[in-house]
Amino acid sequence: MIIELGHLALILAFSLSIVQLIVPMIGIKYKWSNLIRLSGPLASFQFLLTFISFGALMNAFITSDFSVKLVVENSHSLKPMLYKISGTWGNHEGSMLLWVLILTFFGFLVACFGSNLRTDFKARVLSVQSAIASCFFAFILFTSNPFERYSIAPLNGHDLNPLLQDPGLAFHPPFLYMGYVGLSMSFSFAIAALMEGRVDAIWARWVRPWALLAWTFLTIGIAMGSWWAYYELGWGGWWFWDPVENASFMPWLVSGALLHSAIVLEKREILKNWTILLAILAFSFSLIGTFIVRSGIITSVHAFATDPTRGVFILIIIFLATGGGLTLFAFRSKKITSKNTFSLVSRESALILNNLLLVVSAFVVFIGTLWPLFADLIFGKKLSVGAPFFDIAFTPFFIAIAIVLPVGASLAWKRGNLGRTMIALWPALILGISLGSIVWVMQTGGRMMAPVGVSLATWLICGSIGDVWSRTRGNTLRIKIKRLLGLHRSDFGKFMAHSGLGITIFGIAAITAWEIEDIRIIKTGESFDVGSYNFFFKGVTNSSEKNYLVTRGEFIVKNNDKLIGTMLPEKRYYPIARMWTTEASIDQGITRDLYLVIGEEQDDGGWSVRTYLKPFANWIWFGALFMAAGGILSISDRRLRFSVGTTRASKVSFNE
Amino acid sequence: MNKVLTGFQVLIFFAWILMNSTSVFAVEPDEVLNDPKLEERARGISKNLRCLVCRNESIDDSNAELAKDLRLLVRERLVLGESNKEITDYIVSRYGEYVLLMPAFGWSNLLLWLCGPIMLVFGSIIAFWSFKNKTHTSNIPLSEKDEQRIKDILKD
Repeated sequence: MIIELGHLALILAFSLSIVQLIVPMIGIKYKWSNLIRLSGPLASFQFLLTFISFGALMNAFITSDFSVKLVVENSHSLKPMLYKISGTWGNHEGSMLLWVLILTFFGFLVACFGSNLRTDFKARVLSVQSAIASCFFAFILFTSNPFERYSIAPLNGHDLNPLLQDPGLAFHPPFLYMGYVGLSMSFSFAIAALMEGRVDAIWARWVRPWALLAWTFLTIGIAMGSWWAYYELGWGGWWFWDPVENASFMPWLVSGALLHSAIVLEKREILKNWTILLAILAFSFSLIGTFIVRSGIITSVHAFATDPTRGVFILIIIFLATGGGLTLFAFRSKKITSKNTFSLVSRESALILNNLLLVVSAFVVFIGTLWPLFADLIFGKKLSVGAPFFDIAFTPFFIAIAIVLPVGASLAWKRGNLGRTMIALWPALILGISLGSIVWVMQTGGRMMAPVGVSLATWLICGSIGDVWSRTRGNTLRIKIKRLLGLHRSDFGKFMAHSGLGITIFGIAAITAWEIEDIRIIKTGESFDVGSYNFFFKGVTNSSEKNYLVTRGEFIVKNNDKLIGTMLPEKRYYPIARMWTTEASIDQGITRDLYLVIGEEQDDGGWSVRTYLKPFANWIWFGALFMAAGGILSISDRRLRFSVGTTRASKVSFNE
Repeated sequence: MNKVLTGFQVLIFFAWILMNSTSVFAVEPDEVLNDPKLEERARGISKNLRCLVCRNESIDDSNAELAKDLRLLVRERLVLGESNKEITDYIVSRYGEYVLLMPAFGWSNLLLWLCGPIMLVFGSIIAFWSFKNKTHTSNIPLSEKDEQRIKDILKD
């Protein structure tokens, strides 16, 4: 019964989204304010219905209702509650439902808090948002209905993929989807602005928080996914340039560009068309990401050919959104002009360069991800594009971004003075180059990764500090600290995001250049050394847990005779899904992670064991969290809040 | 619930049998070459070769049987004294270009390799060109209150 209610709610939400797509637009055309005003309640009800629908599905997972096909295929009564809940979105159908839930939720937010938007502009935004929603509702209802039932319910389910039964991954998709869907909001604002032919600082002030929000959530989502890969997949890899990872990385890059160009638009009323174009591009990339993940076309063209409906459906959505958006852009963009000018050396120019580099690097990832498909279709050639390509083709652009960043971030608007800007940055530059040189001299191998990474990281972190410090002009320390505390939250957000990038770059460089690996066979009672660490193997125990079996090795770890602790790497077997997973034992530290994996038992009674010393591994994700925290701090800035001081007064003026 | 558990216990029995027959590792200890320099080269070559039955994994990271065979093949040839290029070429001749994780720089892959630099150059030209041709036309007039709001926003 609850399932049918959920299904019905979804169908109703679909109908409402179509109504919202059409009715308020008619209202705008014929100036019928009653129809325009419908838009808010329509958005709210759409969200409510989708929420009910999602709740019904989640309930089926929690209560293990095996009359529902989706629950049978992705759950099991023995599964821990957390994974029953996360099982709701740990599959294709449920994840698409989560997608529209977030989409309608954002629409609801605009409906509730958009009081300082002009009513007809708000209605347009919500109509565009509904157009996207109706596409996805149709996609769910016609190709991937989560509410399909069996007439005879089986006794138990097939279990969720064991690799996905992990707290890190349970909450990874919701964060990514918040990011993807957040970009749909800036897309809707862009399309609505094109319809009206007007883009100004008020518009930018509305788009920027959404771009920031999307970017922040994507940052967290990507970091979680990478962290999960690091500890779950068993050899400590943290980024594989897999199509599915690239699918989230491309929108991250473009949304990074978008939030910067929205700053330029907000502060200086220029780059209007470019910002609109970026908003369209950013959402297109999230749709393409969805397509890549959901159609399975990249991983196996064959999988796509056997059931093309879903893939083709998403392709049509991409075509409508991107094609429609770009066509509208082509016709309307000439109407939108900027009047302000700036000099070649200025914050504006630097941010344009930042945008260019970010977008180009996103396209490099895009071409690399889709190239096997192009090559197959055009040249009939089967080839692979993997990590070695991306390492070479992508990295230079990001190094360029890191070099330009501190200078651009502290240049003045309109007309900058490079010499004056550099006064605050010389210490960072000198420190960066000298630390890099020290690393280069000290290390024996010829890898450039470490010195370059150390230099860039120092330059970014110290450059950000220098930038903040230079804004506290004053003679005494007291005045300086007072000015420092008086800075806006978004200034601190900027500092955190930029230095967070530096922290991540350092982590990446360190782990790539200085990792130590040891592979060996060891018998019970023996010990071995890796670096300055000593591992004593006490033996192996077998036991069974709630829904898996486990073989657990026990190692006592010492560093220069000082006891570090016991490490317990595991191999797990999930009998229901018939899958093996490795649970590495990781001893985390600020300067290094010890990463221990137990493998197969040998014929002579020994066990194969892999040990890694991963220097500064945590810095990768810590930096990402630092960036995300910066994003949140910026969003919370008083100046970006949705209803700012003049709201009431301007609302009157908009309705005249 | 009890019935399910008994079923689960039966599964446990089969699982133990299975457990001692599956590999979880990529490079196994017995594959590693004694000469650390050769081994390092082997790892370098392996990282650029795709495991043909896996999804976006190099043979160095994969624990599939085929990947193991290829790793051993690479090491055999290294011990025989072949160069990195000779070994890679040999594997490509056997398995096709698909096995390379980094497509060769050539005519058919020109766009793949050059799209980044080309886009950067064109993007810079367009950016510079539109910088030179800044238009000075004004917008649709706004209401005074809106103008004031924009001024407020631009101020802080």
